[in-house]
Amino acid sequence: MFPLNDEGMLSGLLCGILFGYVLENAGFGSPVKLSAQFRLRDWAVFKVMFTAIVVAAAGLWALRFFGYLRPDSIAVPQAALVGAAVGGALVGAGFAIGGYCPGTSVAGVFSGRIDALVFVAGVVAGTAGFSALYGATLKSLKAAGLLVMGDTFADAYEVPDAVMIGILVAALVAVFLLGSWFERRKGGPVTAEEAVAGACQTS
Amino acid sequence: MSTTTTPRVKPFWPPLVAGIVLGLALLLTFVLSGHGLGASGAANDLVATIGLQVAPEATKAHAYLGPRVEEGNPIDSWMIWEIVGVAIGALVAAFMAGRFRIQLDGERSVGSRSRIVKALAGGFLAGFGARVAGGCTSGLGLSGAAALGVAAFVFLGVFFATGMIVSRLVKGV
Repeated sequence: MFPLNDEGMLSGLLCGILFGYVLENAGFGSPVKLSAQFRLRDWAVFKVMFTAIVVAAAGLWALRFFGYLRPDSIAVPQAALVGAAVGGALVGAGFAIGGYCPGTSVAGVFSGRIDALVFVAGVVAGTAGFSALYGATLKSLKAAGLLVMGDTFADAYEVPDAVMIGILVAALVAVFLLGSWFERRKGGPVTAEEAVAGACQTS
Repeated sequence: MSTTTTPRVKPFWPPLVAGIVLGLALLLTFVLSGHGLGASGAANDLVATIGLQVAPEATKAHAYLGPRVEEGNPIDSWMIWEIVGVAIGALVAAFMAGRFRIQLDGERSVGSRSRIVKALAGGFLAGFGARVAGGCTSGLGLSGAAALGVAAFVFLGVFFATGMIVSRLVKGV
């Protein structure tokens, strides 16, 4: 029965190597490509994320359905919705200003980008800053807007998992259609040549 | 800057291919560890490690870092090893595809000093925000959404809306 709950070094390394290998190959080491999602010129971030979410969610559902996965054994983020929204706004602003998020900045550093190394230093400083300022205010902000019924759509709103996955599949199709339409209008996705050459005056 | 001596640059994977492989990697992560992929948690483990070195008693007594330190040595964590893996995976991918290039990306579009200030400020906001939200784009957004967590979708919606607005006000790269 899964999960194995393997918190060891090899488990971490293996999952990380796969993660980093995909991030770079998707173009997510490039702040130009990543930022182009916010300008709707390049929809790779949405397309890749939605596809991955659907594949993993459907896989977890299937493993559970066929009895290979223990029920309620997978970590689900706590449904503190105000905390998630405030944090999401800060991460989104940081992404727009700095050109990365915490994970993609590591892919940026290891595809040779010095600005990504600076971003990583900022992430560590911001994390340390949070701990330094941690008190009653930040503690209650983190937990604000907590849904009492549960953390998943099934528990909180009684939407069955299979229905949620169906909605996500529909959203995935919409993202690909809408995204490709925007990409055609706005000068196409950022190519590997453009990304490797770095941001230029016109982009 | 020069394009004459650069090796052949291979194209990025199509988004559908990258998404399927990422989804399978995420599924494997859930099956192995019981949780998803992440990134900002490693920064927190690093901060806890530095805290233990600089001020061990204060770190152990700290309201946020104390419980983390009690769980075990923060530098020998799954999340730290995962980020070491991300570094290896990205390096191998970039080299194999001829896409490794030492550069200050954004230098030509906004200037080197502005780029460094923006990368540092953006990183700070993202690092701080990830602690408020309880995760970043990968740990909360991607992994939480795959687990069908409500907070993940709230995070992703606000994250993207704010990013769109701020990217129109500030030119990051």
